[in-house]
Amino acid sequence: MPLYARRRLSNWIIIGLSVAATAFGLLWLVMVLGTLLINGVGAIGPALFTQMTPPPGSSGGLLNAIAGSLAMTGIATLIGTPTGILAGTFLAEYARGNQFGELVRFINDILLSAPSIIIGLFVYEVMVVRMGHFSAWAGAVALAIIMVPVVVRTTEDMLRLVPSALREAAAALGAPKWKVVVLVTYRAAMQGMVTGVLLAIARISGETAPLLFTALNNQFWSTDLNRPMANLPVVIYQFAMSPYADWQLLAWGGALLITASILVLNITARILAAWSSFKP
Amino acid sequence: MTSPTARPLAAQEADSADSASLDETPARQARRPVAAPPIAAVVQRKPADEATTGTAPATKVDIRHVNFFYGKFQALHDISVPLYDRHVTAFIGPSGCGKSTLLRILNRIYELYPGQVATGEVYVDGINILDPGLDLNRLRAKVGMVFQKPTPFPMAIYDNIAFGIRLYEKVSKSQLDDRVESALRRAALWDEVKDKLHDSGLSLSGGQQQRLCIARAIAIEPEVLLLDEPASALDPISTQRIEELIAELKTDYCIAMVTHNMQQAARSSDYTAFLYLGELVEFDETETIFTHPRVRRTEDYITGRFG
Repeated sequence: MPLYARRRLSNWIIIGLSVAATAFGLLWLVMVLGTLLINGVGAIGPALFTQMTPPPGSSGGLLNAIAGSLAMTGIATLIGTPTGILAGTFLAEYARGNQFGELVRFINDILLSAPSIIIGLFVYEVMVVRMGHFSAWAGAVALAIIMVPVVVRTTEDMLRLVPSALREAAAALGAPKWKVVVLVTYRAAMQGMVTGVLLAIARISGETAPLLFTALNNQFWSTDLNRPMANLPVVIYQFAMSPYADWQLLAWGGALLITASILVLNITARILAAWSSFKP
Repeated sequence: MTSPTARPLAAQEADSADSASLDETPARQARRPVAAPPIAAVVQRKPADEATTGTAPATKVDIRHVNFFYGKFQALHDISVPLYDRHVTAFIGPSGCGKSTLLRILNRIYELYPGQVATGEVYVDGINILDPGLDLNRLRAKVGMVFQKPTPFPMAIYDNIAFGIRLYEKVSKSQLDDRVESALRRAALWDEVKDKLHDSGLSLSGGQQQRLCIARAIAIEPEVLLLDEPASALDPISTQRIEELIAELKTDYCIAMVTHNMQQAARSSDYTAFLYLGELVEFDETETIFTHPRVRRTEDYITGRFG
């Protein structure tokens, strides 16, 4: 076979393998989404958003679980975002090339890959056991602990992408360091940092294990953060494992809801990233 | 040269009074020349026109016996060179000769990075700016800098200019508007951007961005302007505009410019310093450097025989 034909053949083979591998990856995603849609769409209706989780055999919705998830994710975001952004700023702007920074980064990476059930157990130990009961606060703290390392990492990465020429230019005007960071570097990295926070929210909104040990669940409407609180992941877990068809349907509906919200968060993050006016 | 008597009188006064004070805001408009004579040993000859009128240019920045270290590597060796007020001094030399490093000492921007150390003395209006007690931000407000690549901040054109003004001055909205306009006018950018002041500074072309950066630097009314290859990333037309701008700005500022472009140094500067391997080879008025250099190596470089 002539050299040129041989090269063309091997080119086609590699392209074929790559396409096949991509299709294989996408296949499962499509199947998961398809199954969710087919089974979950029947549960979507006004009742899902207006009624409480029912006892077996009666009709109901997921209102308390939705509200609980929103509340705990919201509090976790309020705790996790500033902590993560400040720590990420420390690593990128103040601890470059110093040993303490390296240590913090290393620990953060470990935390980033820590199994979420470990974090649930940790919060159970330090909060639930000492308070004597499960609570929404504990759930929010567990979610915040999962969120922080994600935000630290993305914040640091995004700040490092900002060229040092920009920092020099601001410093050369006589701006003190904190103003350089807040007024110039943050602004340059803004879209990336917001994207990081959104992805972190997406990450914690589906976490089940840490909530099992902390917020537990609540069959009723509750706004008391000191008491157990319903939340989508644990309700899905509980209802999906049950033998009751109506509970199982609600579990499908909840799963579809979470997936849809994560999809929306991801799409928002992508739009923000693409919209970024900052081109280094 | 290192004896105290050789130092400008103003430096001694300032040292004894308040060595960390660069602030002379009331005197900003009426720029106070330093009484001390330039370093006669370095400057062999005065420019012809000034020699006949008998007025030597005032030394604005006096670099004396400066060494610079990147960690253990010594990048500059005992550099002494004056920069004259209202004149342009060009630093030329092959890559890595230390000319940008020398420029970055003058506003101590190198201190953003650990492990970089300058020794020696640099007097700006008689005050040693290498004094560790000096207020860096005040120094940088007085010694402005424009970088090789345009670095507009990711904000509106207006805010790019207002950024530096707001740092140190409380001004009303209308005063701020005036300051922004006059800075943009001085940088020859006003006519191109006056209708889109609230568009992003990043929406401008490269040449416009660089003029925006010059406007931003002069908006805070510095007295010394450092230009680090300000036109090397620009096309010939933009370069010409920047050079015209430099010619206009030198009526008010002491300008130091690093350039790789021999023609640009010849066209735009009054004095030229040739650096090679971290040492000052020759310093003289530009015309002399380009027509009758005293050192063979300078001649080889400017005629393109090496470097």
